[in-house]
Amino acid sequence: MTTNREKYDNAFKESFEIKQSDLKDELEYNTIETWDSIGHMQLMAELEDSFDIMLDTDDILNFGTYAKGTEILAKYGVDI
Amino acid sequence: MNFFNELDKFSDKTALITENSGAISYKNLLAVADQIAVHIENRCLVFIVCKNSFESIAGYVGFQRVGLVIALIDASIDDDFFLALLETYRPKYVYMPKEGQIDGFAFESVYSFENYVLLKSLKTVEYILHRDLNLLLTTSGSTGGPKFVRQSYKNIDSQVVALAEYLGITSEHRPITTMPMSYTYGLSIINSHFFKGSSLILTEASLVDPRFWSMLKENEATTFGGVPFIYEILKKLRFERMKLPSLKYITQAGGKLNNKLMAEFTQICEEKYIDFYVMYGQTEATARISYLPCEYVSKKLGSVGIPIPSGKMWLEDTEGNRIDSAGVAGELVYQGDNVTLGYAEDYFDLAKGDENKGLLRTGDIAECDEDGFFTITGRTKRFLKMYGNRINLDEIEQFLTEEGYDCACSGKDNELVIYLTKSKEKEKIKSYISTKMKIHPSGIDVRYIAKVPRNESGKILYSKLA
Repeated sequence: MTTNREKYDNAFKESFEIKQSDLKDELEYNTIETWDSIGHMQLMAELEDSFDIMLDTDDILNFGTYAKGTEILAKYGVDI
Repeated sequence: MNFFNELDKFSDKTALITENSGAISYKNLLAVADQIAVHIENRCLVFIVCKNSFESIAGYVGFQRVGLVIALIDASIDDDFFLALLETYRPKYVYMPKEGQIDGFAFESVYSFENYVLLKSLKTVEYILHRDLNLLLTTSGSTGGPKFVRQSYKNIDSQVVALAEYLGITSEHRPITTMPMSYTYGLSIINSHFFKGSSLILTEASLVDPRFWSMLKENEATTFGGVPFIYEILKKLRFERMKLPSLKYITQAGGKLNNKLMAEFTQICEEKYIDFYVMYGQTEATARISYLPCEYVSKKLGSVGIPIPSGKMWLEDTEGNRIDSAGVAGELVYQGDNVTLGYAEDYFDLAKGDENKGLLRTGDIAECDEDGFFTITGRTKRFLKMYGNRINLDEIEQFLTEEGYDCACSGKDNELVIYLTKSKEKEKIKSYISTKMKIHPSGIDVRYIAKVPRNESGKILYSKLA
């Protein structure tokens, strides 16, 4: 069974082509080359697929860091 | 000389609205612009490393007003590609963000404005600049050699006049930036609105950044343009639910929007009383070639419409004969004053005049219906549009072949597929091409193939690929 944390991490790693060691709370939109608008859309799609949810506009826009994302997903009943 | 020398008439009107500096009048913009350009003695080539910022625009306007040849290069450019451009064109000046660096070339700083610096080359090369030459633009992110499209003063003038006419641009309009100014579509929006004395809202924030939406709302933007990917973001953000009363019209170009998305936006825009223009063009035509008048967008779904004012469009068969019957496919040919002079591959080419004589073979295959509306159905050349950038598949193949790989490239827009005979190097090639060509890795799929299918003469059989 894959844990929610693993699913969450995989979405980041696959969308941005980064390693587990790159994942930290401060990881932020536009601070690495692959987390641009294209990478952001990819990440949103991966998360929606993995957790079978549909993110609201404001949540897509405010999903600015690795840490912030866990707070947002909590609103959809997904505990990371 | 061009319309940039007539901007003084807009005087106290707001020219720019930025995040940091607020509203800047035409008078203030021109004062700053002229102050930057005064440091340049004679007509020469200048590189601008562009951002959607006050500094970048001010340099551009200033250089236009003293009649320089300007090459526009995006600030996100790959370092190697930037150096190759410097080496190939030897600009006398480079105007760029202070944090940027130039290695291996000797420059001295002659002026600085806010976060930008004007650098003068210490080792100049003398070469001829054709009198008609105004702008140099790259055709894609960074593929291929250091090639530019040469745009003339007449190209720019005819384009702004046509855009202002069919979009009905007025001084009351306030477009917000969504694309780099070095990209022909982004630049055409900037130029045509300056031409009419409108106010440009400048932002570096993308559509997934909340700052973009607050800039749009607070400054009551009336319009923006977008490549297909921007429309995919808008759909994901549920544009239909957003309250954006200031928006009057939006435009789409830079690749074909799929018919489903086009139909959805047609409906959404109709409900919101926003005019929706689908357009078609190329850097080789100073941006626009055709547009679909918004009243036809639902009736002519999927069409790129009719030629822009003063342009002509027709189809030709493979023998070069004009096709006159409706529904028959052929290569789309365009004629107009916005067809650029030609390409440049080094500074010697900057002496060349008009090689195209107003005629552009687009490389796109199209059909025309009985009402004279054109629809693109294919391409004669093998290229893809990756998030608005043109990527030549043959160039990528050649590039990898030179690196010692056996490969074949195919795919569709936003989905580049590379077939590779070395399964262990899939990841390596993906990140290599992604970095080199500035393509987001999620748009690249590298697949293993035992052998690249070829015919007797060695030509790749693309139809036999997986």
